Amino acid sequence: MLFELREVGLRRGGRTVLDSVSAAIPEGSTAIVGPSGAGKSTLLRLLNRLADPDRGTVAYRGRQLDSYDPLALRREVALVPQLPALLPGTVESNFRYAAGLAGEPLEAERTLALAGLDPGFAERDVAKLSVGEQQRTMLGRALAQRPRVLLLDEPTSALDPAARDAIEAALTELRRELEISVVLVSHDPEQARRLGDWVLRLEAGRVVGSGPLAEVLA
Amino acid sequence: MSTSIHVEAWQVAASLALVAVAAAISFWRGADLERDIGVATVRSFVQLTLVGYAIDLIFEADTVWLVLLLLAVMVLFGAITARHRAEKVPNSFVPLLIALAVAGASTLGLVVALGIFDPTPRYLVPVGGMVIGNAMTASAVALNRLGDEMHDARSRVEATLALGATAREAAAPTVRRALRSGMITLVDSTKTTGLIFFPGTMVGMLLAGADPTDAVRLQLILLYTLLGSVSISALLATTLAYRNFFTPAAQLRELEKA
Repeated sequence: MLFELREVGLRRGGRTVLDSVSAAIPEGSTAIVGPSGAGKSTLLRLLNRLADPDRGTVAYRGRQLDSYDPLALRREVALVPQLPALLPGTVESNFRYAAGLAGEPLEAERTLALAGLDPGFAERDVAKLSVGEQQRTMLGRALAQRPRVLLLDEPTSALDPAARDAIEAALTELRRELEISVVLVSHDPEQARRLGDWVLRLEAGRVVGSGPLAEVLA
Repeated sequence: MSTSIHVEAWQVAASLALVAVAAAISFWRGADLERDIGVATVRSFVQLTLVGYAIDLIFEADTVWLVLLLLAVMVLFGAITARHRAEKVPNSFVPLLIALAVAGASTLGLVVALGIFDPTPRYLVPVGGMVIGNAMTASAVALNRLGDEMHDARSRVEATLALGATAREAAAPTVRRALRSGMITLVDSTKTTGLIFFPGTMVGMLLAGADPTDAVRLQLILLYTLLGSVSISALLATTLAYRNFFTPAAQLRELEKA
């Protein structure tokens, strides 16, 4: 199993966000679905230790998450947040920063292509990109670290349908090109159908369904 | 520099006419500062009078220990005051206390070691007060900015952490801007000193009848000394305080005030 959560509980601001969540996430492509406020994003943040649960355990490839160095873990399990949050500079300087943190050489053109961006974007100022282009730059920045797992938090929620299709096409292409597992949070069951092989359904902080796509989102 | 000047109590009382002008303007234009002006006037009178007596005692006693005690009290009150400006920074008191203490001790230590001032109460008390006061302002401004920026840039900081950056790397642009804002006021006023305003020490010495050359030289020494203390305090305050936004596992702490 890629990730295994056991009896995971988490409270924030006096509210239970995750309530005894036990679930397995296999290699491949998993979609975490559910209404907003169900705890999807919080669960995703646990997977690369941007947050820790109050109770229960999370394991990655059979080892407890807290036995990994958090910085090394985050380079291997990359998270792309819901809204773009790039560093000031060009697209390429953002890629280079991420690649440098991971100690990986940067292949800028290939990274641009994987993120669905034309080569001409390398020198573009990120402040002058559309939100959709910024989000693809976020995706490319994560890929510049050559992660083994990609965590995506509602990567298309702020985008119009055309920009959403571009991101989804980039993700589909990416999975064909790279040996990479993807865990995607989405409030949209249709997107889960398009991108997921495995589905985890959350409601009010609890797991209400988990299994292959065809069984859970029949 | 053995100049002396006598100021009568009626002269102080007469200068209250300008306080009345300030209060009248505030009342006339609805700035709602009359009460604050009153409090400021009374407090400045009481505080400076008490400090005057304290300094008198310290000069009489002529011992360095009393000076150190006074400076320690200034550092403590400075840190308490600055903390109110840095409300968005978790646990800012200890970083501020360390910043003010180290800035005060190292700057005063250096000017004494270089032979610029004698280690006597007559020099250490006023210079120490200026050094600690300016260090307090600079570190308060720096941490105020740090708090605001860490809240505004929360998503960017966390997105950088998500790439496996250390807390230090993720906070670096924010810490840099906070340090800059703590230092820039004094740097700018040092640039324009003499052109746009006459700094306090020089004004005081000229009023007291000192030679203008002496007044200028002493003012320059103080300005340069203050640049040192301001940068040391802003550097230490920001370097120590940014860590309080992160857990040991390089996660952003949940903060009460968003």
